[in-house]
Amino acid sequence: MSTEQLHRIRLQVNGVAHEVEVPARRLLSDALRHDLGLTGTHVGCEHGVCGACTILVDGTPMRSCLMFAVSAADSELTTVEGLANADGTLGPVQQAFRECHGLQCGFCTPGFLTTITAGIKENPSPSEDEAREMIAGNLCRCTGYQNIVKAVCRAAELAATHSGEADQ
Amino acid sequence: MKPAPFDYVRPRTLDEAVQALAGRPEAKVLAGGQSLVPLLSMRLAAPSLLVDINALPDLDHVRVDETGVRIGALARHARVLADPEVRRVQPLVSLALANVAHPTIRNRGTTVGSLVHADAAAEMPMVLRLLEGSVDVAGPSGRRTIEAADLYVGPLESSLHHDEIAVEAFFPTLPARTGVAFEEISRRHGDYAMCGVAALVTLDGGGAVSRVRAGYLSASDVPAVVDLTEPLAGGITPASLEQAAAVALTQLDPETDIHATAAYRAHLVEVLTARVVTAAYQNASEHTHQSTQE
Ligand SMILES: Cc1cc2nc3c(=O)[nH]c(=O)nc-3n(C[C@H](O)[C@H](O)[C@H](O)COP(=O)(O)OP(=O)(O)OC[C@H]3O[C@@H](n4cnc5c(N)ncnc54)[C@H](O)[C@@H]3O)c2cc1C
Ligand code: FES
Ligand code: FES
Repeated sequence: MSTEQLHRIRLQVNGVAHEVEVPARRLLSDALRHDLGLTGTHVGCEHGVCGACTILVDGTPMRSCLMFAVSAADSELTTVEGLANADGTLGPVQQAFRECHGLQCGFCTPGFLTTITAGIKENPSPSEDEAREMIAGNLCRCTGYQNIVKAVCRAAELAATHSGEADQ
Repeated sequence: MKPAPFDYVRPRTLDEAVQALAGRPEAKVLAGGQSLVPLLSMRLAAPSLLVDINALPDLDHVRVDETGVRIGALARHARVLADPEVRRVQPLVSLALANVAHPTIRNRGTTVGSLVHADAAAEMPMVLRLLEGSVDVAGPSGRRTIEAADLYVGPLESSLHHDEIAVEAFFPTLPARTGVAFEEISRRHGDYAMCGVAALVTLDGGGAVSRVRAGYLSASDVPAVVDLTEPLAGGITPASLEQAAAVALTQLDPETDIHATAAYRAHLVEVLTARVVTAAYQNASEHTHQSTQE
Protein backbone atom coordinates (compact mmCIF):
# COMPACT_ATOMS: atom_id res chain seq x y z
CA MET A 1 0.00 0.00 0.00
CA SER A 2 1.23 3.43 -0.87
CA THR A 3 1.45 5.88 1.98
CA GLU A 4 2.32 8.83 -0.20
CA GLN A 5 1.26 12.05 1.47
CA LEU A 6 -1.44 14.08 -0.24
CA HIS A 7 -1.59 17.87 -0.25
CA ARG A 8 -4.93 19.66 -0.31
CA ILE A 9 -4.46 22.69 -2.54
CA ARG A 10 -6.54 25.33 -4.28
CA LEU A 11 -5.88 25.85 -7.96
CA GLN A 12 -7.24 29.03 -9.51
CA VAL A 13 -7.81 28.21 -13.19
CA ASN A 14 -9.51 30.51 -15.72
CA GLY A 15 -11.08 32.45 -12.86
CA VAL A 16 -12.53 29.38 -11.11
CA ALA A 17 -11.13 28.00 -7.83
CA HIS A 18 -10.75 24.22 -7.58
CA GLU A 19 -9.87 22.21 -4.47
CA VAL A 20 -7.78 19.14 -5.23
CA GLU A 21 -5.81 16.59 -3.26
CA VAL A 22 -2.56 15.69 -4.97
CA PRO A 23 0.79 14.10 -4.15
CA ALA A 24 3.69 16.57 -4.28
CA ARG A 25 5.04 14.94 -7.42
CA ARG A 26 1.88 15.68 -9.44
CA LEU A 27 2.99 17.75 -12.43
CA LEU A 28 0.84 20.81 -12.96
CA SER A 29 0.06 19.56 -16.50
CA ASP A 30 -1.29 16.29 -15.04
CA ALA A 31 -3.26 18.08 -12.32
CA LEU A 32 -4.99 20.19 -14.98
CA ARG A 33 -5.73 17.23 -17.23
CA HIS A 34 -6.40 14.40 -14.79
CA ASP A 35 -7.57 16.04 -11.58
CA LEU A 36 -9.52 18.91 -13.15
CA GLY A 37 -10.42 17.30 -16.48
CA LEU A 38 -9.10 20.31 -18.40
CA THR A 39 -7.63 18.28 -21.24
CA GLY A 40 -7.07 21.27 -23.52
CA THR A 41 -3.51 21.52 -22.15
CA HIS A 42 -1.49 18.94 -24.10
CA VAL A 43 1.58 17.03 -23.05
CA GLY A 44 4.16 16.18 -25.69
CA CYS A 45 7.68 15.73 -24.36
CA GLU A 46 7.24 16.30 -20.63
CA HIS A 47 10.67 17.86 -20.33
CA GLY A 48 10.22 21.43 -21.42
CA VAL A 49 11.21 21.18 -25.08
CA CYS A 50 8.01 21.07 -27.16
CA GLY A 51 5.86 23.79 -25.60
CA ALA A 52 2.53 21.96 -26.01
CA CYS A 53 1.84 22.23 -22.27
CA THR A 54 2.42 26.01 -22.06
CA ILE A 55 -0.11 27.83 -19.87
CA LEU A 56 -0.20 31.32 -18.41
CA VAL A 57 0.88 31.65 -14.79
CA ASP A 58 -0.19 35.08 -13.56
CA GLY A 59 -0.32 36.06 -17.22
CA THR A 60 3.18 34.81 -18.09
CA PRO A 61 3.74 31.76 -20.32
CA MET A 62 5.32 28.81 -18.49
CA ARG A 63 5.68 25.09 -19.07
CA SER A 64 3.07 23.29 -16.96
CA CYS A 65 5.09 20.05 -17.32
CA LEU A 66 7.98 21.73 -15.47
CA MET A 67 5.96 22.83 -12.46
CA PHE A 68 4.40 20.88 -9.65
CA ALA A 69 0.75 21.51 -8.86
CA VAL A 70 1.66 22.18 -5.21
CA SER A 71 3.89 25.07 -6.34
CA ALA A 72 1.08 26.69 -8.33
CA ALA A 73 -1.37 27.14 -5.48
CA ASP A 74 -0.63 30.86 -5.06
CA SER A 75 -1.02 31.67 -8.76
CA GLU A 76 -3.74 32.61 -11.24
CA LEU A 77 -3.61 30.06 -14.09
CA THR A 78 -4.97 30.44 -17.62
CA THR A 79 -5.28 27.43 -19.93
CA VAL A 80 -6.50 27.25 -23.52
CA GLU A 81 -10.02 26.75 -22.13
CA GLY A 82 -9.79 30.28 -20.75
CA LEU A 83 -8.95 32.03 -24.03
CA ALA A 84 -12.43 32.33 -25.54
CA ASN A 85 -14.32 35.64 -25.29
CA ALA A 86 -16.77 36.03 -22.41
CA ASP A 87 -19.69 35.31 -24.77
CA GLY A 88 -18.16 32.00 -25.82
CA THR A 89 -16.99 33.13 -29.26
CA LEU A 90 -13.38 32.53 -30.27
CA GLY A 91 -10.81 34.84 -28.71
CA PRO A 92 -8.58 36.87 -31.08
CA VAL A 93 -5.72 34.34 -31.20
CA GLN A 94 -8.11 31.44 -31.73
CA GLN A 95 -9.94 33.36 -34.46
CA ALA A 96 -6.65 34.19 -36.16
CA PHE A 97 -5.59 30.52 -36.18
CA ARG A 98 -8.89 29.63 -37.78
CA GLU A 99 -8.63 32.33 -40.43
CA CYS A 100 -4.97 31.65 -41.26
CA HIS A 101 -5.22 27.84 -41.15
CA GLY A 102 -2.70 27.90 -38.29
CA LEU A 103 -3.28 24.29 -37.28
CA GLN A 104 -3.53 20.86 -38.79
CA CYS A 105 -3.66 18.04 -36.21
CA GLY A 106 -3.99 20.61 -33.42
CA PHE A 107 -1.77 18.85 -30.92
CA CYS A 108 0.61 21.78 -30.53
CA THR A 109 -2.10 24.43 -30.77
CA PRO A 110 -2.97 25.02 -27.08
CA GLY A 111 0.67 25.88 -26.33
CA PHE A 112 0.86 28.26 -29.29
CA LEU A 113 -2.42 29.97 -28.34
CA THR A 114 -1.36 30.66 -24.76
CA THR A 115 2.14 31.77 -25.77
CA ILE A 116 0.81 34.14 -28.43
CA THR A 117 -1.91 35.51 -26.15
CA ALA A 118 0.79 36.73 -23.76
CA GLY A 119 3.15 37.64 -26.61
CA ILE A 120 0.82 40.11 -28.32
CA LYS A 121 -0.02 41.68 -25.00
CA GLU A 122 3.68 42.44 -24.52
CA ASN A 123 4.19 43.43 -28.17
CA PRO A 124 0.85 44.51 -29.70
CA SER A 125 2.19 44.90 -33.25
CA PRO A 126 4.86 42.29 -33.91
CA SER A 127 6.85 42.26 -37.15
CA GLU A 128 7.16 38.93 -38.92
CA ASP A 129 10.60 38.41 -37.34
CA GLU A 130 9.23 39.19 -33.90
CA ALA A 131 6.35 36.79 -34.55
CA ARG A 132 8.87 34.04 -35.32
CA GLU A 133 10.84 34.86 -32.19
CA MET A 134 7.61 34.78 -30.14
CA ILE A 135 6.88 31.18 -31.14
CA ALA A 136 10.47 29.91 -31.32
CA GLY A 137 10.04 27.83 -28.15
CA ASN A 138 7.04 25.85 -29.49
CA LEU A 139 7.29 22.87 -31.83
CA CYS A 140 4.75 21.98 -34.52
CA ARG A 141 5.20 18.85 -36.59
CA CYS A 142 2.46 19.60 -39.14
CA THR A 143 2.21 23.17 -40.36
CA GLY A 144 5.74 24.25 -41.21
CA TYR A 145 5.06 27.37 -39.09
CA GLN A 146 4.30 29.75 -42.00
CA ASN A 147 0.62 29.97 -41.20
CA ILE A 148 1.29 30.22 -37.49
CA VAL A 149 3.50 33.25 -38.13
CA LYS A 150 0.66 34.77 -40.18
CA ALA A 151 -1.75 33.97 -37.37
CA VAL A 152 0.42 35.86 -34.86
CA CYS A 153 0.21 39.02 -36.97
CA ARG A 154 -3.51 38.54 -37.62
CA ALA A 155 -4.17 37.93 -33.91
CA ALA A 156 -2.44 41.20 -33.08
CA GLU A 157 -4.75 43.01 -35.56
CA LEU A 158 -7.85 41.33 -34.16
CA ALA A 159 -6.84 42.06 -30.58
CA ALA A 160 -6.24 45.73 -31.45
CA THR A 161 -9.70 46.10 -33.05
CA HIS A 162 -11.26 44.16 -30.20
CA SER A 163 -9.79 46.40 -27.51
CA GLY A 164 -10.56 49.46 -29.68
CA GLU A 165 -14.23 48.44 -29.73
CA ALA A 166 -14.20 47.76 -26.00
CA ASP A 167 -12.85 51.27 -25.36
CA GLN A 168 -15.70 52.94 -27.25
CA MET B 1 7.86 8.89 -16.92
CA LYS B 2 6.77 10.66 -13.76
CA PRO B 3 8.91 11.72 -10.81
CA ALA B 4 9.37 9.27 -7.93
CA PRO B 5 7.58 10.26 -4.70
CA PHE B 6 9.17 12.91 -2.49
CA ASP B 7 8.26 14.97 0.55
CA TYR B 8 7.61 18.63 -0.13
CA VAL B 9 7.87 21.79 1.93
CA ARG B 10 7.37 25.41 0.91
CA PRO B 11 8.94 27.44 3.72
CA ARG B 12 8.15 31.13 4.23
CA THR B 13 11.51 32.14 5.73
CA LEU B 14 15.12 31.46 4.79
CA ASP B 15 15.83 30.05 8.28
CA GLU B 16 13.04 27.51 7.91
CA ALA B 17 14.33 26.53 4.47
CA VAL B 18 17.86 26.01 5.79
CA GLN B 19 16.50 23.99 8.72
CA ALA B 20 14.46 21.81 6.37
CA LEU B 21 17.64 20.86 4.50
CA ALA B 22 19.63 20.14 7.67
CA GLY B 23 20.32 16.47 8.22
CA ARG B 24 18.73 15.50 4.87
CA PRO B 25 21.62 14.99 2.43
CA GLU B 26 19.20 13.57 -0.15
CA ALA B 27 17.05 16.71 -0.12
CA LYS B 28 17.07 19.19 -3.02
CA VAL B 29 16.22 22.86 -3.38
CA LEU B 30 13.48 23.61 -5.95
CA ALA B 31 13.87 27.02 -7.59
CA GLY B 32 12.53 27.49 -11.15
CA GLY B 33 12.54 23.74 -11.73
CA GLN B 34 13.59 24.19 -15.37
CA SER B 35 16.55 21.86 -14.90
CA LEU B 36 15.44 19.89 -11.86
CA VAL B 37 11.94 18.84 -12.95
CA PRO B 38 13.14 17.19 -16.19
CA LEU B 39 15.75 15.30 -14.15
CA LEU B 40 13.03 14.12 -11.78
CA SER B 41 10.63 13.18 -14.58
CA MET B 42 13.35 11.17 -16.31
CA ARG B 43 14.22 9.67 -12.90
CA LEU B 44 17.82 10.75 -13.24
CA ALA B 45 17.36 12.18 -9.73
CA ALA B 46 15.11 10.99 -6.93
CA PRO B 47 15.52 13.26 -3.88
CA SER B 48 13.49 12.30 -0.80
CA LEU B 49 12.55 15.92 -0.06
CA LEU B 50 12.08 19.05 -2.14
CA VAL B 51 12.46 22.39 -0.40
CA ASP B 52 10.56 24.82 -2.63
CA ILE B 53 12.13 28.27 -2.17
CA ASN B 54 9.60 30.12 -4.37
CA ALA B 55 7.65 31.49 -1.40
CA LEU B 56 10.71 32.98 0.35
CA PRO B 57 10.46 36.76 0.69
CA ASP B 58 12.95 39.34 -0.62
CA LEU B 59 14.95 37.09 -2.91
CA ASP B 60 13.71 38.27 -6.30
CA HIS B 61 15.83 41.41 -6.44
CA VAL B 62 18.11 42.67 -9.20
CA ARG B 63 20.32 45.43 -7.75
CA VAL B 64 22.75 47.41 -9.82
CA ASP B 65 25.37 49.90 -8.72
CA GLU B 66 28.72 50.98 -10.13
CA THR B 67 30.48 47.94 -8.62
CA GLY B 68 28.30 45.44 -10.47
CA VAL B 69 25.07 43.48 -10.55
CA ARG B 70 23.53 41.55 -7.65
CA ILE B 71 20.88 38.97 -8.54
CA GLY B 72 18.64 37.37 -5.93
CA ALA B 73 17.90 33.63 -5.97
CA LEU B 74 14.32 34.12 -7.17
CA ALA B 75 15.04 36.60 -9.97
CA ARG B 76 13.98 34.84 -13.17
CA HIS B 77 16.25 34.95 -16.22
CA ALA B 78 13.61 37.01 -18.09
CA ARG B 79 13.54 39.70 -15.43
CA VAL B 80 17.35 40.04 -15.37
CA LEU B 81 17.50 40.13 -19.17
CA ALA B 82 14.87 42.88 -19.37
CA ASP B 83 16.73 45.18 -16.95
CA PRO B 84 18.44 48.02 -18.88
CA GLU B 85 20.66 48.85 -15.88
CA VAL B 86 22.10 45.33 -15.93
CA ARG B 87 22.94 45.76 -19.61
CA ARG B 88 24.65 49.07 -18.90
CA VAL B 89 26.77 47.96 -15.97
CA GLN B 90 27.57 44.41 -17.06
CA PRO B 91 26.67 43.89 -20.74
CA LEU B 92 28.02 40.34 -20.81
CA VAL B 93 25.26 39.18 -18.44
CA SER B 94 22.59 40.38 -20.87
CA LEU B 95 24.43 39.13 -23.99
CA ALA B 96 24.68 35.66 -22.50
CA LEU B 97 21.18 35.53 -20.98
CA ALA B 98 19.62 36.18 -24.39
CA ASN B 99 21.04 32.78 -25.37
CA VAL B 100 19.71 30.87 -22.35
CA ALA B 101 16.85 28.66 -23.59
CA HIS B 102 13.57 30.17 -24.88
CA PRO B 103 11.62 33.05 -23.37
CA THR B 104 9.08 30.68 -21.81
CA ILE B 105 11.84 28.78 -19.97
CA ARG B 106 13.41 32.11 -18.97
CA ASN B 107 10.10 33.21 -17.45
CA ARG B 108 10.45 30.52 -14.77
CA GLY B 109 14.13 29.53 -14.55
CA THR B 110 16.34 31.52 -12.20
CA THR B 111 19.80 32.86 -12.99
CA VAL B 112 21.12 31.79 -9.58
CA GLY B 113 19.64 28.30 -10.09
CA SER B 114 21.52 28.04 -13.36
CA LEU B 115 24.76 29.11 -11.64
CA VAL B 116 24.57 26.44 -8.94
CA HIS B 117 23.28 23.77 -11.33
CA ALA B 118 26.85 24.02 -12.69
CA ASP B 119 26.23 22.77 -16.20
CA ALA B 120 29.30 23.16 -18.44
CA ALA B 121 26.90 23.64 -21.37
CA ALA B 122 25.13 26.57 -19.66
CA GLU B 123 25.97 30.19 -20.37
CA MET B 124 25.85 31.81 -16.94
CA PRO B 125 28.32 29.63 -14.97
CA MET B 126 30.95 30.34 -17.61
CA VAL B 127 30.14 34.06 -17.52
CA LEU B 128 30.38 34.16 -13.71
CA ARG B 129 33.82 32.54 -13.89
CA LEU B 130 35.04 34.81 -16.68
CA LEU B 131 33.91 37.94 -14.79
CA GLU B 132 35.35 36.59 -11.51
CA GLY B 133 32.04 36.97 -9.71
CA SER B 134 30.75 35.13 -6.67
CA VAL B 135 27.72 33.50 -5.09
CA ASP B 136 26.50 34.13 -1.54
CA VAL B 137 25.05 31.10 0.21
CA ALA B 138 23.13 30.70 3.48
CA GLY B 139 23.60 27.60 5.63
CA PRO B 140 23.26 26.38 9.21
CA SER B 141 26.35 28.36 10.27
CA GLY B 142 25.36 31.59 8.51
CA ARG B 143 26.27 33.19 5.22
CA ARG B 144 29.46 32.78 3.19
CA THR B 145 30.68 33.97 -0.18
CA ILE B 146 31.99 31.47 -2.72
CA GLU B 147 34.24 32.95 -5.39
CA ALA B 148 33.46 31.72 -8.91
CA ALA B 149 36.94 30.18 -9.13
CA ASP B 150 35.99 27.87 -6.23
CA LEU B 151 32.39 27.17 -7.24
CA TYR B 152 32.75 24.54 -9.97
CA VAL B 153 34.30 21.28 -8.85
CA GLY B 154 33.10 18.74 -11.42
CA PRO B 155 30.45 17.93 -14.02
CA LEU B 156 27.12 19.33 -12.70
CA GLU B 157 28.80 19.71 -9.32
CA SER B 158 29.18 22.91 -7.33
CA SER B 159 30.96 23.41 -4.02
CA LEU B 160 27.71 24.27 -2.18
CA HIS B 161 27.08 21.99 0.80
CA HIS B 162 23.85 19.99 0.69
CA ASP B 163 22.31 22.17 3.41
CA GLU B 164 23.21 25.50 1.83
CA ILE B 165 20.94 27.75 -0.24
CA ALA B 166 22.37 30.18 -2.77
CA VAL B 167 20.80 33.55 -2.01
CA GLU B 168 22.55 35.99 -4.33
CA ALA B 169 24.99 36.13 -7.21
CA PHE B 170 27.37 39.00 -7.86
CA PHE B 171 28.65 39.88 -11.35
CA PRO B 172 31.25 42.67 -11.06
CA THR B 173 31.28 45.49 -13.60
CA LEU B 174 33.94 45.67 -16.32
CA PRO B 175 37.41 47.06 -15.55
CA ALA B 176 38.34 50.29 -17.38
CA ARG B 177 39.14 50.09 -21.13
CA THR B 178 37.63 46.61 -21.34
CA GLY B 179 35.39 45.21 -24.05
CA VAL B 180 33.22 42.08 -24.13
CA ALA B 181 31.64 39.85 -26.72
CA PHE B 182 29.70 36.59 -26.74
CA GLU B 183 28.70 34.13 -29.43
CA GLU B 184 27.50 30.56 -29.46
CA ILE B 185 26.50 28.02 -32.08
CA SER B 186 23.58 25.68 -31.52
CA ARG B 187 21.56 23.38 -33.75
CA ARG B 188 18.39 25.35 -33.09
CA HIS B 189 17.94 28.80 -31.58
CA GLY B 190 17.28 28.37 -27.85
CA ASP B 191 18.91 24.96 -27.53
CA TYR B 192 21.99 24.33 -25.44
CA ALA B 193 24.94 25.34 -27.62
CA MET B 194 27.44 22.94 -29.18
CA CYS B 195 30.06 25.52 -28.31
CA GLY B 196 30.02 29.07 -27.02
CA VAL B 197 32.70 31.65 -26.27
CA ALA B 198 32.77 34.89 -24.31
CA ALA B 199 35.81 37.17 -24.23
CA LEU B 200 37.11 40.08 -22.17
CA VAL B 201 39.78 42.25 -23.75
CA THR B 202 41.48 45.01 -21.73
CA LEU B 203 43.60 47.68 -23.40
CA ASP B 204 46.33 49.83 -21.88
CA GLY B 205 46.30 53.65 -22.00
CA GLY B 206 47.88 53.59 -25.46
CA GLY B 207 45.26 51.26 -26.89
CA ALA B 208 47.45 48.15 -26.93
CA VAL B 209 46.18 44.79 -25.68
CA SER B 210 47.05 44.29 -22.01
CA ARG B 211 44.85 41.38 -20.96
CA VAL B 212 42.67 38.82 -22.79
CA ARG B 213 40.60 36.08 -21.19
CA ALA B 214 38.00 33.85 -22.79
CA GLY B 215 35.30 31.59 -21.35
CA TYR B 216 34.14 28.42 -23.08
CA LEU B 217 30.92 26.46 -22.76
CA SER B 218 30.38 22.88 -23.91
CA ALA B 219 34.12 22.55 -24.49
CA SER B 220 35.06 20.71 -21.28
CA ASP B 221 33.18 19.10 -18.41
CA VAL B 222 33.25 22.22 -16.21
CA PRO B 223 32.75 25.89 -17.15
CA ALA B 224 36.19 26.86 -18.48
CA VAL B 225 38.18 30.10 -18.60
CA VAL B 226 41.50 30.45 -20.44
CA ASP B 227 43.99 33.33 -20.26
CA LEU B 228 44.95 34.32 -23.81
CA THR B 229 47.04 37.38 -22.99
CA GLU B 230 50.35 35.88 -24.02
CA PRO B 231 49.55 34.88 -27.62
CA LEU B 232 47.63 38.16 -28.19
CA ALA B 233 49.80 40.71 -26.35
CA GLY B 234 51.57 41.64 -29.59
CA GLY B 235 48.28 42.51 -31.30
CA ILE B 236 45.16 40.92 -32.76
CA THR B 237 46.14 39.38 -36.10
CA PRO B 238 44.94 36.26 -37.93
CA ALA B 239 48.14 34.51 -36.87
CA SER B 240 47.92 35.52 -33.20
CA LEU B 241 44.23 34.52 -33.09
CA GLU B 242 45.09 31.11 -34.49
CA GLN B 243 47.79 30.84 -31.85
CA ALA B 244 45.29 31.86 -29.15
CA ALA B 245 42.79 29.19 -30.20
CA ALA B 246 45.58 26.60 -30.07
CA VAL B 247 46.45 27.72 -26.53
CA ALA B 248 42.76 27.50 -25.57
CA LEU B 249 42.46 23.97 -26.93
CA THR B 250 45.39 22.78 -24.80
CA GLN B 251 43.27 23.66 -21.75
CA LEU B 252 39.90 22.39 -23.03
CA ASP B 253 38.62 18.90 -23.59
CA PRO B 254 35.73 18.91 -26.09
CA GLU B 255 33.80 15.64 -26.18
CA THR B 256 31.65 13.81 -28.68
CA ASP B 257 27.92 13.49 -28.05
CA ILE B 258 24.77 13.23 -30.17
CA HIS B 259 24.92 16.94 -31.00
CA ALA B 260 28.51 17.24 -32.24
CA THR B 261 31.79 15.36 -32.50
CA ALA B 262 34.82 16.37 -30.46
CA ALA B 263 36.61 17.40 -33.67
CA TYR B 264 33.71 19.66 -34.73
CA ARG B 265 33.61 21.25 -31.28
CA ALA B 266 37.37 21.89 -31.48
CA HIS B 267 36.78 23.54 -34.86
CA LEU B 268 34.08 25.73 -33.29
CA VAL B 269 36.52 26.71 -30.52
CA GLU B 270 38.93 27.94 -33.21
CA VAL B 271 36.32 29.82 -35.22
CA LEU B 272 34.57 31.38 -32.23
CA THR B 273 37.79 32.33 -30.42
CA ALA B 274 38.88 34.40 -33.42
CA ARG B 275 35.46 36.00 -33.91
CA VAL B 276 34.69 36.75 -30.30
CA VAL B 277 38.13 38.03 -29.31
CA THR B 278 38.08 40.32 -32.35
CA ALA B 279 34.62 41.62 -31.41
CA ALA B 280 35.65 42.17 -27.77
CA TYR B 281 38.76 44.02 -28.93
CA GLN B 282 36.63 46.32 -31.12
CA ASN B 283 34.23 46.83 -28.22
CA ALA B 284 37.17 47.78 -25.96
CA SER B 285 38.55 50.18 -28.58
CA GLU B 286 35.15 51.92 -28.83
CA HIS B 287 34.99 52.32 -25.04
CA THR B 288 38.52 53.66 -24.87
CA HIS B 289 37.85 56.04 -27.72
CA GLN B 290 34.65 57.29 -26.07
CA SER B 291 36.25 57.83 -22.68
CA THR B 292 39.16 59.83 -24.17
CA GLN B 293 36.64 62.02 -26.00
CA GLU B 294 34.62 62.71 -22.87
C1 LIG C 1 14.00 23.24 -22.99
C2 LIG C 1 15.05 23.83 -22.10
C3 LIG C 1 16.13 24.47 -22.66
C4 LIG C 1 17.11 25.04 -21.84
N1 LIG C 1 18.17 25.65 -22.45
C5 LIG C 1 19.11 26.21 -21.68
C6 LIG C 1 20.24 26.86 -22.28
O1 LIG C 1 20.36 26.97 -23.50
N2 LIG C 1 21.18 27.37 -21.44
C7 LIG C 1 21.06 27.29 -20.07
O2 LIG C 1 21.94 27.77 -19.37
N3 LIG C 1 20.03 26.69 -19.50
C8 LIG C 1 19.05 26.16 -20.26
N4 LIG C 1 18.00 25.54 -19.64
C9 LIG C 1 17.97 25.46 -18.14
C10 LIG C 1 17.46 26.74 -17.49
O3 LIG C 1 18.34 27.80 -17.70
C11 LIG C 1 17.25 26.59 -15.97
O4 LIG C 1 16.45 27.66 -15.60
C12 LIG C 1 18.45 26.69 -15.08
O5 LIG C 1 19.43 25.81 -15.50
C13 LIG C 1 18.15 26.28 -13.63
O6 LIG C 1 17.44 27.25 -12.95
P1 LIG C 1 16.14 26.87 -12.13
O7 LIG C 1 15.79 28.04 -11.32
O8 LIG C 1 15.12 26.37 -13.06
O9 LIG C 1 16.68 25.73 -11.14
P2 LIG C 1 16.06 24.33 -10.70
O10 LIG C 1 15.74 23.50 -11.88
O11 LIG C 1 15.00 24.56 -9.71
O12 LIG C 1 17.33 23.73 -9.95
C14 LIG C 1 18.47 23.27 -10.63
C15 LIG C 1 19.47 22.71 -9.62
O13 LIG C 1 20.02 23.76 -8.82
C16 LIG C 1 19.66 23.62 -7.45
N5 LIG C 1 19.27 24.97 -6.99
C17 LIG C 1 18.50 25.87 -7.68
N6 LIG C 1 18.43 27.03 -6.99
C18 LIG C 1 19.16 26.86 -5.86
C19 LIG C 1 19.49 27.72 -4.76
N7 LIG C 1 19.04 28.98 -4.71
N8 LIG C 1 20.28 27.23 -3.78
C20 LIG C 1 20.74 25.95 -3.84
N9 LIG C 1 20.48 25.10 -4.85
C21 LIG C 1 19.70 25.55 -5.85
C22 LIG C 1 18.52 22.63 -7.42
O14 LIG C 1 18.50 21.91 -6.21
C23 LIG C 1 18.85 21.75 -8.61
O15 LIG C 1 19.81 20.80 -8.26
C24 LIG C 1 17.00 24.97 -20.43
C25 LIG C 1 15.91 24.34 -19.86
C26 LIG C 1 14.94 23.76 -20.67
C27 LIG C 1 13.78 23.06 -20.03
S1 FES D 1 5.07 18.76 -22.62
FE1 FES D 1 5.79 20.48 -21.58
S2 FES D 1 7.18 21.30 -22.99
FE2 FES D 1 6.66 19.43 -23.96
S1 FES E 1 -0.74 21.18 -35.96
FE1 FES E 1 0.01 19.18 -35.68
S2 FES E 1 1.72 19.53 -34.38
FE2 FES E 1 1.12 21.50 -34.88
